[in-house]
Parts: sequence; C-alpha cells; structure tokens
Amino acid sequence: MWSYTLKRLVQGIITVWFIATATFFAMHSVPGDPLLNDRAMSPEIRANLEAKYGLDQPLFTQYVVYMTNLVRGDLGISFVHENQSVNDIISERFPVSAILGILALFIAAIGGVIWGALTALYRNRLPDYIIMFLVILGISVPSFVVAALSQLFLVNVNELAGRTLLPVAGWGSVLHLLVPALVLGLSTMAYLTRLMRSSMLEITNSDFVRTAKAKGLPPARIFTRHQLRNAILPVVTVLGPQVAIITTGGFVVEIVFAIPGLGRFFVEAVQQLDYTVIMGTTVFYGAFLVVMVILVDLIYGYIDPRIKLEQ
Amino acid sequence: MTDLSNEAPVFDPTDFEALARTQDANAISRPSLSYWQDAWIRLKANRRAITSLYIIIFLLLFTIVGPWVWRIDPAIQDLDQISQPPGTDRSAQIVEDYIAWDGSTDGGSGLRVIGDPNSQAVRLTWDMLENADGHRIYRNRFPVGEELAFGIPLAEYLDNNIVTHEDRLDVRPDTYFYTVVALDDRGQTTDNFQTIEVEVERVTTLAEALERGLIDENSSLQVGDSINLEAHPLGTDYLGCDMLARLMAGARVSLFIGIGAPTLFVLFGVVFGSVAGFMGGRVDQFMMRFADFVVALPFLLFMILFKIAFGIGPGESGVLPMLIALVVLMWPATARLVRGQIIQIREQGYIEASKLLGASTPYLVLRHMLPNTIGVVLVTLTFEIPRVIFVEAFLSFIGMGVAPPTPSWGSMSNEGIRTMLITPHELIFPALIISITVLAFNLLGDGLRDALDARMRNQE
Repeated sequence: MWSYTLKRLVQGIITVWFIATATFFAMHSVPGDPLLNDRAMSPEIRANLEAKYGLDQPLFTQYVVYMTNLVRGDLGISFVHENQSVNDIISERFPVSAILGILALFIAAIGGVIWGALTALYRNRLPDYIIMFLVILGISVPSFVVAALSQLFLVNVNELAGRTLLPVAGWGSVLHLLVPALVLGLSTMAYLTRLMRSSMLEITNSDFVRTAKAKGLPPARIFTRHQLRNAILPVVTVLGPQVAIITTGGFVVEIVFAIPGLGRFFVEAVQQLDYTVIMGTTVFYGAFLVVMVILVDLIYGYIDPRIKLEQ
Repeated sequence: MTDLSNEAPVFDPTDFEALARTQDANAISRPSLSYWQDAWIRLKANRRAITSLYIIIFLLLFTIVGPWVWRIDPAIQDLDQISQPPGTDRSAQIVEDYIAWDGSTDGGSGLRVIGDPNSQAVRLTWDMLENADGHRIYRNRFPVGEELAFGIPLAEYLDNNIVTHEDRLDVRPDTYFYTVVALDDRGQTTDNFQTIEVEVERVTTLAEALERGLIDENSSLQVGDSINLEAHPLGTDYLGCDMLARLMAGARVSLFIGIGAPTLFVLFGVVFGSVAGFMGGRVDQFMMRFADFVVALPFLLFMILFKIAFGIGPGESGVLPMLIALVVLMWPATARLVRGQIIQIREQGYIEASKLLGASTPYLVLRHMLPNTIGVVLVTLTFEIPRVIFVEAFLSFIGMGVAPPTPSWGSMSNEGIRTMLITPHELIFPALIISITVLAFNLLGDGLRDALDARMRNQE
C-alpha cells in the first residue's frame, strides 16, 4: 500500500515535470513579441522589462530559472496585470472554479446514480425511454447551447414571477451557483446515467441477486443492499477522469454565466497573450489533475477491495 | 399419473438396428458468414444505427454535394436582408434611383415624414420645438417609454432654421421610432421632445436589381412594381450572409476536422499501440509511460496552448493547427486500447501456429493481429468523431478555433448566441446541426459496437 502510494507520487511528480516542460516550450514557441503593446518603448525600458521577466537570457537558462521557481512554488508575475503574481491570481480565482466544479460533480454523481437506477428498474418501460431520451439529448447538445438556453429560461421564469427568483448571471450567493453547476454537470450526469444503467442491468442478472431473491428478501432490500451498492462501483471508477473534465470544462459555463473563475481568466489571458498566467494556469491545472487522479485511484482500494492497487 | 409398471415395454427389433450414416447429418444448414457479413446483418437489425447511418450519409452529401446545388457564396453579404429569419417576406418595391433631397417639405405640422419612408432614405421634418436652441434626432427600434430611451443619436443641428433630416444610416425594413429632442443653450438635451413611429418599406432600384442578377436587361419591370429579393431558405445571419450556404461551408470545416483528425490520430494510435504491444518489455513500458504523460496533460488548456503556439497568420483559417493539435493530444486512448488487444492476441494459439509455420513479424502483425483489432478500432473511431466535433465547436465558441471569416458550426453558434433573443434562428440552426451530427455518430457507434465486438457489447 505505502510503496504503491510512493510509486504513484513519484510518477505524479515526473508527470508534472513533463507538463511544465511541455508548457514552457510550447509557450516559448508562440510567435509575436510579449513586450509589444501600444505604448512606445525606449530601448532602456525594454531592456529593463526583458531583465525583469528574464527574457534577455538564453532559452535554457530561462528554463532552469523557470523550473527552479516552480519547485519553490513561484509561478511568476503577470505580463498584463502589472505587479500581480500568478500565484495570487490562481489563489483568488481557483476557489470559485473549484466550488462550481465540486457542486457540478456532486449533482452529476447523485443524478447519474438515481436516473441510472430508475432506468434499470423500469427497463423498457416509459420512464426508461423518457430518461434515456434525455440522456441522449444531454450527450448531444453542446454545453454552450445548454448554457444559453438555460439563461433564456431563467429570464422568462424571473419575468413570470415578477422578481428575481434565480439570478441569470454573476457570482455571489448560493443561488448564483445552482444553474451553472447543473449545466456544467449535465453531460457528466448523462454519461454516468448510461454507465449506471448498464451496470445495474448486469448486477440484476448476477448470481447473488438471484440468491437474495430465492432467500425471499424484500425487493426494496435487494435493491438497496445488493444491487445499488455493487452497481455504484464502476461509477466511482470513472469519477477521477470526470473531475478533470468538469474542472477544466468550466470555461464555457464561466464565460456564459459571467463567473469570475480561473477558466474564464485563462481564456482572457490567452486573448491578451499573458504568457506567465497561461503557463502558470496550465501547470497548476495539470498538477491538480494528477493529484486528483492519484487520490481517486487510492480511494478505489478502500471502496472495492477486489481492485488490486498493485496493478 | 398412469402406472407404467403394469404395461410391458413394447420394443421392435428394428429399434435396435444401426442407422445408416447419412451425409446431411453433418451438413451446415446456414451459409457461413464472414465477420463483416455477420456484423452488417447485426447492424441492419439495429434501426437506430441504420437511421444514424442515413443521417451521416445525408450530412456528407450536404457538405460535399450541397455547395454544387445551392450555389450561393457564403461570404456574400445581402445587406438588404440582414438577420432575416427563414420565411420572411422578401419582396421589394422598385423605386427611382436615389436623388438628393432638396429639403422641400409639405405644409403639415409636428414631426412628420416627407415622401415614402423606405430603405433608401427616411426624410423627416418638424416644426421648431418650443424654447429650443437646436435639435437632436434619435432613432430607436422601441418606443421611447418612461426611461426616455431615445436610441442612437443620428444628427444634431444647433441652428433652429434646420428642421429637416434625411436618415440614410443603414436603414432596414423595420419599424423605427424617430425622436426629435430640443437642445438648450448649452447644447444639452431637454425634456421637450416629439416622437414618431415610422414603418420602413424595403425598396430597390432597377440598376441595383440588374447588378444583383435579380432581373435581366430586357426585363419589363417598371418603377412601382415589386420583385422578390434573393431567396434564403434558412434566413441570413447578422452580416447578411446566407445561412444555408454558411452551414454548408461550416460543415466542410467542422466535418473535415471532425473526421480528419480522428482518422489521423486513430491511425497513429494503432501504429504506436501495436508496436508497443508487439515489442513488449522495456520498449512497451517506455512507450506507454510516454502515452501516460500525454494523457495527463490538461486537454483543453493544451489545445488552446498549441493553437497559439502554432500561430495563425493573416488570411489563414487555422484549420491545420487545430488538426495537428488534436492529433498530438488525442492519440493515447487508441494506442492503449490497441496495445491491450495486441497483447491479448499475441498469446493466441493461431499466432503460435503461424509462427511455427515460419511467418515473419510483419506478416504476423499485418495478417493476424491488426485485422483482429479492426473492429475495436472502428468503434473507437466512430466515438472519437463526435468528441472532436464537440471540441472544435467548443474552441470556436470561445474564439480559439478557426479564424473568422472561415465559418464553422461552433463559430456560427458563437455569433448566433449574441442575438439569441431577437433572431434565435442564427443560433438554432448551427446548434441543431451540431447536435444531430453528434447524436448520429454516437448512435452509430453504439450500433457498431454491438455489431462488431462481442466483448464490448452492451448489456441490453
């Protein structure tokens, strides 16, 4: 167990190093001049700025400096937002994205399990068809369309109610969170519903469920204790990669709902070519994902002892 | 129940004679089917998959043959029909060529229109407002209302003698509310205003109609007749471009990326995975570790990063950088899958037999291993296509995809979403076609998986 954890950690560190290196060299091959803006610049100021950002050094030296700073946890200073460090920007913006992502994942997981179990219970009957139709819609409609339509719906609802029941955009209260989180979690929920359904159907045909029925257990007990608990396992296994999809997939939702999260800031930084912010955010997200995947892998071992961690 | 013990068993000596050996006991009653014939029969039985297949064929026809049938250039702007939903009245009255207004008015009073208000020009005149030191003219698409929303200012006259204004600023066939507001001695607006509702008619001139190819030179149409402007079956977008033509042009980009990129990276994944799986040992470990690194990259962030790293020069569409970035980032899933399959197949008896018969490595891989993975690969390909279409739409939506003016379904949705409330058709059509495409490929993928691969078959 401990040796496995250690091995995964070392692998994770190497992966983060790979991500950081790839980011560094991708960013340094971007055409254009990072110091070029509309202000005229005297050669002295330019030289000073280049020195400030270390751009007067050879590429390899820059890489070493960048890596050393990274190990210290220093992601540099923003090019556009002067005197603001990337660390500050991330620590200010990321909690917003994280709250949204966690809530979305929560909604998706709960919804996926409930809907999936329902479809399996009502297999080939009306509820099954309705839910599976909605699932197919959830998988096929792009998230920005869902986001825009839900905003339109909110506007109409608020107009009908005569007051703001749920805010259409922005950030601040719990009410601001609900609809964006639902939209963000929708495709994951659809995916989990499908997974849960097939897993439930598989369990329903298994030997131990037949035994439980033969023993004369009440159906409700078979459903909760035997079917549901076993069917949830594959859902838990895919939650790791889904964390990644949800936390980085928040761009659209954050843009459409005007939520001041890291995703929206990243898109803005890309549009303004804020080199250090782009690099810092990418490395941060990469490291975050690596940690999440390792965590979820370790949790499997506890949930399902049948999964051998050594594999 | 009858008691059987009382009845003596009746056997005939013939019951103990050996049967004649017949040939047809061994005969195979059904014709033998190849893997692909079997798969095709299974697929045909799946109605959803077959419908999806037809939809995909239709989409491909729409993309490839469509522009030959509907020969409108998607870049041409029809400035008389901007943001028109499908099915709008497109008749226009033919009027005289534009003649500058000499400023002559009629004898009416108050804010009023001189002549017919049409898309060529709206001519306004008014009586000097009380205590005015000049006037400002506004135009709006909505009534002024309580909050005094006048709209866009058109002109300002600080001379009380000028009480006429000719509006030629992008006049569209629509209902406008013109307002004239009195200005005080410092040029500030006062509460003193008059407003008028004007219904603007769509007009065109003979010369213009001729130029746009709506009539030919020996047409008998006269001033005062009405003609139909260009038809736009799906309406026009905010620049007056034909939606149908743009959807077709967008389909070229979206489907080119959506089918091209998965084909390339699945091919690469097959080569990478089969080499790793076949070599095994350290080579395999090293190659798969590399694939793990690529998987660990935050996908969308790196898509954007690669896009800016490649850079889009002026006049380039940015399709190629996106294709390369997709291939670079998305191959590992296929590679892992194929490697797993190859490792499984490598241990099979028929590979051993083939080796004993002296088969060379390329023969083993090409003849035995790859054909046995092709079902899985095909299913993966079908599922990767909708994913890539989504990624393209997503990137174009946040402005990181193909560069304008190249249309793609994603960038069309992005443009449509801004005017969603007034002209919803600009969002609905691209969003609908993305959804249908993704849906069709997903359902076909489900069907193919059920038909091709017993191991991956759904529990249904």
